[in-house]
Amino acid sequence: MNTPVKAKLKVATTSLAGCFGCHMSFLDIDERLLDLLQLVEFDRSPLTDIKHCGPCDIGIIEGGLCNAENVHVLREFRANCKILIALGACAINGGLPAQRNHLPLTTILEEVYHAQHGLVDGFIPNDPELPLPLDKVHPIHEVVKIDYFIPGCPPSSDAIWKVLTDLLAGKEPELGHGLIHYD
Amino acid sequence: MSQSNTFTLDGKTIPYNEGQTIIQAAMAAGVYIPHLCFNPEFKPHGSCKLCTVKANGRQTASCTQHPAPGMVVESDTIEINDERRALLQMLFVEGNHFCPSCEKSGNCQLQATAYEMKMMSPHFDQFFPDRMLDASHPEYLLDFNRCILCSLCVRASRDVDGKNVFALSGRGIKSHLIVNAKSGRLADTDFSGDDKAAHVCPVGVILKKRVGFTIPIGQRSFDEQPISATPHPQGACPVGPRSNTATLPPHPTVKGG
Ligand code: SF4
Ligand code: SF4
Ligand code: FES
Repeated sequence: MNTPVKAKLKVATTSLAGCFGCHMSFLDIDERLLDLLQLVEFDRSPLTDIKHCGPCDIGIIEGGLCNAENVHVLREFRANCKILIALGACAINGGLPAQRNHLPLTTILEEVYHAQHGLVDGFIPNDPELPLPLDKVHPIHEVVKIDYFIPGCPPSSDAIWKVLTDLLAGKEPELGHGLIHYD
Repeated sequence: MSQSNTFTLDGKTIPYNEGQTIIQAAMAAGVYIPHLCFNPEFKPHGSCKLCTVKANGRQTASCTQHPAPGMVVESDTIEINDERRALLQMLFVEGNHFCPSCEKSGNCQLQATAYEMKMMSPHFDQFFPDRMLDASHPEYLLDFNRCILCSLCVRASRDVDGKNVFALSGRGIKSHLIVNAKSGRLADTDFSGDDKAAHVCPVGVILKKRVGFTIPIGQRSFDEQPISATPHPQGACPVGPRSNTATLPPHPTVKGG
């Protein structure tokens, strides 16, 4: 008897201007990862080390946009993923990196690479390989359409699990009291 | 209760007394209507519009509108909640609300109301406005980044403390909170921690110093229960660690952010 094998959903993840805390929280779903792996396989992700994203069902983005490379990666995800999820405070509102938005970029670069005490002949790096910083840090929904948001700094593993399992069950994801958090 | 002094709120019969507003009667009946600039201890200001309801089909602020006999009031509807969420999103992007670093997080009515309205993102583009911090006062600090211009501190200082420490100034998007001193600094006013104005801010602007994260995030008022289940949210916003530990039961688990 041949039961048709259900194709696994493809999931890609990335961390842009984030701290990997959201990915750590994702891993914090612990043994439920094994259940998840019955249903999904990972494409581009820090977990697989695949460098570019192929066609995927779900893309999960941690972190906001602080440099040109972040924007390219985000666009690659949007072009390839049917559903794009913003994971965590930085992706959703810029978060901690966006606290620099109140200072001119030149002042920050001067301070970090040049003027700070203890730097001898410091210069601002300008290697062409380095992505150019953006003038301000932006949340990702300001650049591409985002389908779902999981707030939190980081979102709890239970919140991440709830959204993923709702989506996999074909339901609109919903976070109730205790799972929706901005802190 | 005679029919002449009741109205219906989402189909539920609500009794009211002459002089009560819709939100006051609803609160007395234990029904939550989202609100930010309303505080039962003060005259209504009617500015945030979070409390908007449909009364006999017309939108109105329930903190200023008085009910009429048999009035049909709708509040918890998809349409109205969508509008409330949009108002909240505008409040979030107009200021700088970085909740993970805010001492008020978990005790904040703006945040808790946004949870209640299932606000998953700010939706609009962030303004990232440049706003000041005033740490001049020895006991209190002002973080203007989070002011939602509800005027509660203005009303408290003027009407209860008789001091006029705070005022709203400017118009439209330029509206902002000012401190009544030539220097503009809180230290140069007669503001004191005993003032009513020190304890009414629904968000994280007027903050007592050296309290910070004594109660960790995850164990605060609205972590325990949603704002809709908190009869008088203002009472749930503790003013310091002592009153907080005294009123909150011990909580064994630390819910992560
Ligand atoms: S005032 Fe409230 S909404 Fe604003 S940052 Fe603080 S906790 Fe968040
Ligand atoms: S400081 Fe607080 S109480 Fe005063 S107007 Fe701003 S938000 Fe309202
Ligand atoms: S609570 Fe009624 S307008 Fe603000």
